[in-house]
Amino acid sequence: MHIDYLLHLGDNALILGQRNAQWCGYGPALEEDLALANNSLDLLGQARLLYQHVAQLKNDGKTSEDLLAYWRDVPDFRNYTMLELPHCLALHPGAVAERDFAVTIGRNFLYSALMVLVWQALATSRDAQLAAIAAKSLKEASYHLEHARDWVVRLGDGTDASHMRMQAALAHLMPYTQEFFSASPMETAAAQAGVGADTSLLKTQWDGLVDDTVRAATLQRPASAGFVSTGKLGVHSEHLGYVLAEMQCLARAHPQAVW
Amino acid sequence: MPSVTQASSHVFALPVGPLLRRSPQDPHYRVWELLETVFDPELPVVNLRDMGILRAVRDTAQGLEVVLTPTYSACPALNQMVDDVAAALARAGVAARVSVCLAPAWSTDWMTPHAHEQLRAFGIAPPQGCATAQSGHSVLQFAPKPDVAVVCPRCGSAHTTCVSPFGSTACKALYRCLDCAEPFDYFKPY
Repeated sequence: MHIDYLLHLGDNALILGQRNAQWCGYGPALEEDLALANNSLDLLGQARLLYQHVAQLKNDGKTSEDLLAYWRDVPDFRNYTMLELPHCLALHPGAVAERDFAVTIGRNFLYSALMVLVWQALATSRDAQLAAIAAKSLKEASYHLEHARDWVVRLGDGTDASHMRMQAALAHLMPYTQEFFSASPMETAAAQAGVGADTSLLKTQWDGLVDDTVRAATLQRPASAGFVSTGKLGVHSEHLGYVLAEMQCLARAHPQAVW
Repeated sequence: MPSVTQASSHVFALPVGPLLRRSPQDPHYRVWELLETVFDPELPVVNLRDMGILRAVRDTAQGLEVVLTPTYSACPALNQMVDDVAAALARAGVAARVSVCLAPAWSTDWMTPHAHEQLRAFGIAPPQGCATAQSGHSVLQFAPKPDVAVVCPRCGSAHTTCVSPFGSTACKALYRCLDCAEPFDYFKPY
């Protein structure tokens, strides 16, 4: 069964959706506040559909979308490490995380460039429900990519300050994109079963999307070398625990609560 | 959050495209007519069939089934629409279950011409151009965006500008008319 693979896709959407929602009320302009909240809402919708699908496949009478979102802990999550990072550059110990719009935009760009390709590949998945979710999500990811791409170009090809910050954000994020293409048993099994997408086959196209945008933005493409993060294997950065604490505390304080 | 019942999409193929009003010869004419009065809660002037959200009324082994499809994955109005349809059926004494099917994925191309008129009259610019033809692929090459003039629903001017690609709900973008100076919502092609 490809439960872990579906959780990987769902957790990616949920965790990035939760992160982007942290801009609600803090956007640099009202329009961007709305844009990031809309982006979050789309990701939350994708996560719900994937979790509902997992619950239906498991059919054990207890797994539900709420159980998957609110009652699992850090090692159970299968999202890419990049998606759980705070909206800022690497911090020295004790520093307070500020929201850096360039990091938010850079991450949305790198991730949605991947997901446009992944959803497109999954639209022909042997899992019919996953294929249906992919066909819907593709439309949303394309819109997210367009939005993030426009901002990468605008900031990169903007003032000296915006150029510098966009470049720093990409340098910070790019090493984490290695995880998009590193092999894992969960992904290999899903791809071999004709259910999942083999991201190694999508890398050339993804590189093309990134290079094209970086060039238009007058930026340099940073190296993606060094440590390969392992969030999708359940081994996360120190940041995910804080994301979950905020996201899950209400559900855990009031178990079984309904609207 | 209540989850919705998934329809068995692989058993029945659902129609693609706009669905027009049924003729009295249709076996489920009464149910279709009954659901003419159920509206999208976010757009209280367009009914679910005109929106392309109501996809089928059909007989199954478990009895009569009404099938809806969501617009966006996270459309918060979906659960309300399922409840509204169920309530309308119950009020009329029709025994049917309401299910939700994701495939084929909803598109603004499925909205009827009548929906376009209703949206315009309500102050929302209807989607322009065909969404399904350009879906997904255009963004991969970062082709220059097609220069479709969005027409102001108030004064009819094509002299408008996009203020924000994300508007008050997932399905809308925010525009401003450069002639009458009024801001307006644009239902984006999807």
